[in-house]
Amino acid sequence: MNPEVQKQIEQLKGIAENPKKAVNDYIAATGKKAVGCFPIYTPEELVYAAGALPVGMWGGRRTGSLADKYLQSFCCSIMKANTEQSLAGDYDMLSAVIVTTYCDTLKCVTENWKIAVPHLNIIPIVYPQNRKQKSGQIFFAEELQRVKGKLEEVLGADIADADVEAALNVYEEYRKTMQMFTEVIRDYPKTFDAVTRHLVIKAAYYMDKKEYTEIIKAMMAELRKVPAEDASGMKKVILTGLIAEPVEMLELFTENEMYVVADDLAQESRQFRVSAPAEGSCYERMAARLAAQDGCTFLYDYGKTRSQRLFDMKKQYNADAIIFCQLKFCDPDEFDYPIVKKDMETFDIPMLYLEFEQQMESVGQLRTRIQSFAEMMD
Amino acid sequence: METKKTSKQLLGEIQDRHYADAMKAKEEGKLVAWATSISPQELLTTMDIYTVYPENHAAAIGARKCAQPFIDYSEGNGYSTDICSYARVNLAYMEIMESEAANIPKPDLIFCCNNICNTVLKWYENISKELDIPMIVFDLPFNHEYEITDQNTKYIKAQLLEAIDQLEEITGKKFDYDKFKEVMDISIETSIWWKKAAMQAQAIPSPLNGFDLFNYMAIIVCARGTKEGRDLFKLWYEELKAKAEAGIGPWKSGEEEYRVMWDGIACWPHLSDTYKTLKKYGINMVTSTYPDSWYIVYESNDLDGMARAYSSNYVNRNLDFGVDNIVKLVEDYKLDGIVFHSNRSCKLMDFRQFEVQRRVEERTGIPSVIFDGDQTDPRAFSLAQYETRVQALLEMMESRKKEGK
Repeated sequence: MNPEVQKQIEQLKGIAENPKKAVNDYIAATGKKAVGCFPIYTPEELVYAAGALPVGMWGGRRTGSLADKYLQSFCCSIMKANTEQSLAGDYDMLSAVIVTTYCDTLKCVTENWKIAVPHLNIIPIVYPQNRKQKSGQIFFAEELQRVKGKLEEVLGADIADADVEAALNVYEEYRKTMQMFTEVIRDYPKTFDAVTRHLVIKAAYYMDKKEYTEIIKAMMAELRKVPAEDASGMKKVILTGLIAEPVEMLELFTENEMYVVADDLAQESRQFRVSAPAEGSCYERMAARLAAQDGCTFLYDYGKTRSQRLFDMKKQYNADAIIFCQLKFCDPDEFDYPIVKKDMETFDIPMLYLEFEQQMESVGQLRTRIQSFAEMMD
Repeated sequence: METKKTSKQLLGEIQDRHYADAMKAKEEGKLVAWATSISPQELLTTMDIYTVYPENHAAAIGARKCAQPFIDYSEGNGYSTDICSYARVNLAYMEIMESEAANIPKPDLIFCCNNICNTVLKWYENISKELDIPMIVFDLPFNHEYEITDQNTKYIKAQLLEAIDQLEEITGKKFDYDKFKEVMDISIETSIWWKKAAMQAQAIPSPLNGFDLFNYMAIIVCARGTKEGRDLFKLWYEELKAKAEAGIGPWKSGEEEYRVMWDGIACWPHLSDTYKTLKKYGINMVTSTYPDSWYIVYESNDLDGMARAYSSNYVNRNLDFGVDNIVKLVEDYKLDGIVFHSNRSCKLMDFRQFEVQRRVEERTGIPSVIFDGDQTDPRAFSLAQYETRVQALLEMMESRKKEGK
């Protein structure tokens, strides 16, 4: 691969692999504040508009027993890791944390965090489930303004609507760029193997989106000079779920000559696959974007459209299989799985179910499952 | 002359009739809804839509020890053992449609109110998809602030009006606002009698064996909008009041030595074991969070009040409220201890339990224990562990009593 692209990839991978360092470096270099953003569709635009760095909070590798004070053993590993990390002081560089309430676990985590880590200034946000109805649209526009007010208080910043508008435009440019980027890298399955693809996308959570978008654009410009890589003999898969971590799991795809041709992951493409409409106030545009965010189990999925989307994606990218990435104890995905499974059987699309935790010590069992699935596809 | 029926007799009759009438309604071509347990049934009742409650039904299947085959069936379809067991039972029942415990008809629409959890949203989404029927979602935002905000109230009220439009479309009928008022009146009255009856347990000794709350709960869920329901709770109240005035305790044999609260849903498949273990040590469960859960009271015709009432359920409230709520129960019911059910099905209750327990113990000084169980999955409960925890609680309560507390 072109050395320029390789350099850009290494830079982004470095950030995604060391988020704490990336955020601390950013704060030191810019003097700006940073605000944590829980999964999944936290309104980073508001944080950006306040002149602060929005930081994605997607768990991590830390394990321990601090979180046991609040959470039972059958809690999802992202929330356990976030709680463990917050209690260990890993997030002390953050001026505030926006916590979402999509699922029952998140509602409880919101409440526990207010008590466990009050210095992190917890700002809860509620997303309307009736997101397509007028009532939900109005509620969400109000909720965004309420959260904006809380951010102003905590950060001591004034956030004008024009700032939010400008931030939304930065994010729209990021989303548009990422939609193109995921198309472009499909031609380079060896350079953008499962791990690299994931880390390059993930790096955006710890960077100024404007800077990140510029790097991605520069990378695409370089990639256009490079001929497509030979993918013969490689299987194309589509990942669906909340996340596909740890990276050791993703390495198994490469090991078995599979590459990710597209994803339907909440942590990855669902972040940018839907653009906001051009019309309306910034809040209305953000609410309209939420209304169009279909096929995601964390939002009321009118008519349960996830399977149809996977079917369409499979067809569009000529994929060989779907991988259902089930983070253990994630209820919303656990409810979707039987429906998706049945539909994929009806569509005659091969699907592999993988259940994992973010901090798993061994991927031995996953290796066996992925290996046998790869053999079955041959 | 016919002797007057007791509330317990009526309870059984209403329950049986509820299921029988639902089947009859379906046969007659009337619309049947499946709804969540604390949803604004007033809208459905006004529209003459016969409403049954999957949570109630799953609990009945669990209590009659019939849950396991349904659970196995759902797990065979790919449902994880880690999701709510009511959902696992119901999603299997939806396909099997036969249980010796009780039968309910297939729904024509579903009505989902997420004030009890977000799980119902995903569960009902699947029913709607599998049966290809309309779904009405009544989305009650989680109250992370102590009070129910005007912003939330406005959203909920707007949804009530949207739901009426949706129901008019589904039924092809106009919504009858006069009838709505009547149904609201009855529903409010039923709620008031339900709570008044449950509050009789504040007497010492309590005339109420709190496990009866679990039995009567079936009716507050399925008959809240009916005169039969209202009359039943009024009668139950009168019976309990008379007992309390006569100083009669909860049991025919044995005295009430200790008074505890049960936090969380019952372990339906082990109802008898959980009850007998407490009774053996003279421990009466006098209250739980149930009395308030169906105390859905507002001014008739006040949709803002109705919106707030449906959002007030403690699991939809923040932790400060949850703690205050239990502290008040400790005081009002003069409790000696608390039994917390760590219910594998209910993450919304579980993941706050540790902090609630710490803070309630700190504020009230009364001891408590947590045991592992499940509302309908019989495999998640161990009688030995339960008994050990109850004994530990007993020891702590005994030593407090000796200290004169």
